[in-house]
Amino acid sequence: MSILVDSETRIITQGITGNAGLFHSQKSREYARDECGRSEDVFVGGVTPGKGGTEVDGFPVFNTVAEAREKTGANVSLIFVPPPFCADAIMEAADAGIELIVAITEGVPVLDMVKAKNYLKGKKSRLIGPNCPGIITPGVAKIGIMPGYIHTPGSIGLISKSGTLTYEAAWQLGNVGLGQSTAVGIGGDPIIGTNFIDLLEMFENDPKTEAMLMIGEIGGNAEIEAAQYIKEHVTKPVAAFIAGKTAPPGKRMGHAGAIIAGGKGTAAEKVAALEAAGVEVAESPADMGAAVKRALQK
Amino acid sequence: MKIHEYQGKQLLKDFGVTVPRGIVVKSADEASVAYKTLGGDLAVLKSQIHAGGRGKGRFKEDQDQAGVVLVRSADEASENANKMLGNTLVTIQTGEEGKKVGTLYLEEGLEIENELYLAVVIDREIGLPMLIISSEGGMDIEEVAENTPEKILHEPFDAGYGLHTFQAVKLAFKLGLEGPAIRSAAKFLPKFCDFFLKNDCDMAEINPLVVTKAGDIMPLDSKISFDGNALFRHKNFSELRDLQEEEPTEVRAQEAGLSYVKLEGNIGCLVNGAGLAMSTMDLIKLHGGEPANFLDVGGGANVDQVTEAFRIILADHNVKAVLVNIFGGIMKCDTIVEALLEAYEKVGITVPLVVRLEGTNVEKAREMLGNSGRDIITATDLTDAAQKVVATLV
Repeated sequence: MSILVDSETRIITQGITGNAGLFHSQKSREYARDECGRSEDVFVGGVTPGKGGTEVDGFPVFNTVAEAREKTGANVSLIFVPPPFCADAIMEAADAGIELIVAITEGVPVLDMVKAKNYLKGKKSRLIGPNCPGIITPGVAKIGIMPGYIHTPGSIGLISKSGTLTYEAAWQLGNVGLGQSTAVGIGGDPIIGTNFIDLLEMFENDPKTEAMLMIGEIGGNAEIEAAQYIKEHVTKPVAAFIAGKTAPPGKRMGHAGAIIAGGKGTAAEKVAALEAAGVEVAESPADMGAAVKRALQK
Repeated sequence: MKIHEYQGKQLLKDFGVTVPRGIVVKSADEASVAYKTLGGDLAVLKSQIHAGGRGKGRFKEDQDQAGVVLVRSADEASENANKMLGNTLVTIQTGEEGKKVGTLYLEEGLEIENELYLAVVIDREIGLPMLIISSEGGMDIEEVAENTPEKILHEPFDAGYGLHTFQAVKLAFKLGLEGPAIRSAAKFLPKFCDFFLKNDCDMAEINPLVVTKAGDIMPLDSKISFDGNALFRHKNFSELRDLQEEEPTEVRAQEAGLSYVKLEGNIGCLVNGAGLAMSTMDLIKLHGGEPANFLDVGGGANVDQVTEAFRIILADHNVKAVLVNIFGGIMKCDTIVEALLEAYEKVGITVPLVVRLEGTNVEKAREMLGNSGRDIITATDLTDAAQKVVATLV
């Protein structure tokens, strides 16, 4: 077991004919074949309007998501389309009935995301991202841009706002002999499809997951709401790290969402809320793997 | 992207929002002429900088001179302009170094009945634009939120339709407005929300928003910033950018597609990924050092971009050592090393350099480092890297 991804997962890529879209679709396909021993390809095609009917490196290309879904049975879409068109691509995928939408694109206008998020309300689609590395269930499937080899199968549910910090965490977990049930990058933008709480709930209900590691950062108060949720609903051990203790207020630290505004969204208040909820908080980013170990021994 | 008060008001006016009459002033003579043009018996002369707290702010060169002053004659306007232009204004938001004032805005005085606070932001938790309004205008809104939160009203609105008239009317009654001011609010608030949506603002704040004795509603200040990700839809906004207000190295980094924020310390950082870059700063601090910058080279940077990143870091003369922390995913470790060795050739690195590499193509990258003949300190993990870079400064 794992969350979001299983053996029924069939993936298409929106923006398959772009450089990044094709490269990462190829890498994800290789991962499925070489690391997961999947007999049939889980990557079933892609979408680029105007290039339907063609093929790129073995991936059939369709004009619309609806057509791709109908012809391939895809239930997951991985989005690489450029920022001006990303929100529209998300809505198209939802309209076509795609169950899981993973948007990698960085730089989507925030009001576009407001509209897309509201469009998704009441629909069965779940959105991960945008501005995220994607999802990996080691040994089952990789839907995203993370290097596959740093992730090993195991029992830790990993949730993170940051890409490379997720890689760092997976690497540290490997060093202390722990793998991941599923690792999910939720994205560093102000408006994202899926937040910590949704995933904490899924990991709590996933028998394969023994403990969770959540990696947050300055800006907004999603980590504080997560802390409240953990206190009330999570029985499994949780460890956390919050990036940006030294970030100056009022400055965006790379991620569009990583900004301390009006004195709110500091690392200190997030750490305090998590600790009050019984979460094992790593003081240093070098301590994430060890913090999970400590949480498991509590 | 931030803009000045006078630019915000011009955009509002072009959008059909009534704003007080005002004139941009760049010299003492212009101030005098502008006063006569406005023609009233009172005007407000305001420093144009990208920071709040101007009224209470004082100039470095003249501690008695405020950043915003009331003037009652053409002479008074020019005298004050003289003491403000070219000088450095220090406010609660500028930090000690202050900001140089190059432009003033002279605005007509109004007969004010009362002052409100108005802002529109994107509420991250509910995922909608949110109008925030309060009867406590002209005050520090964070203080109002702390002491009398019941005096702040929140009204989320639809990003497609904007604020409905009934929502504006409801707010007007809750604020205790009366007579013609209700009708003014019913017009002004939806229009302002529409302005926010059409221009892809990420924040629009009016403090104070005044109700005049005649019952009109007008912005007395404007603090507007735009979503940097949406600028492709608003090509004309590039003209509104004031590079004087920005850190030159940050502008240069932006042009190279890098994300850089200058800090006060002496250890330069070059990292891939925003989260890891923030964490690297935290780690340096934890081990007793002070980071000189935040720098995320991004996922898809090429050798030229990374070389430029080294140039930007080393251009900061406070930098006494550099820590390179790369966890290769899309970014390949050997690309970083190639750029790093090129930086030795082209930029000249004279400060100690500590490099920690992990991830894609790390073996090849380590071999390149080993064969380079350069005096580079390598580190095995995060803690090792931070300790080694801090140790170079002792």
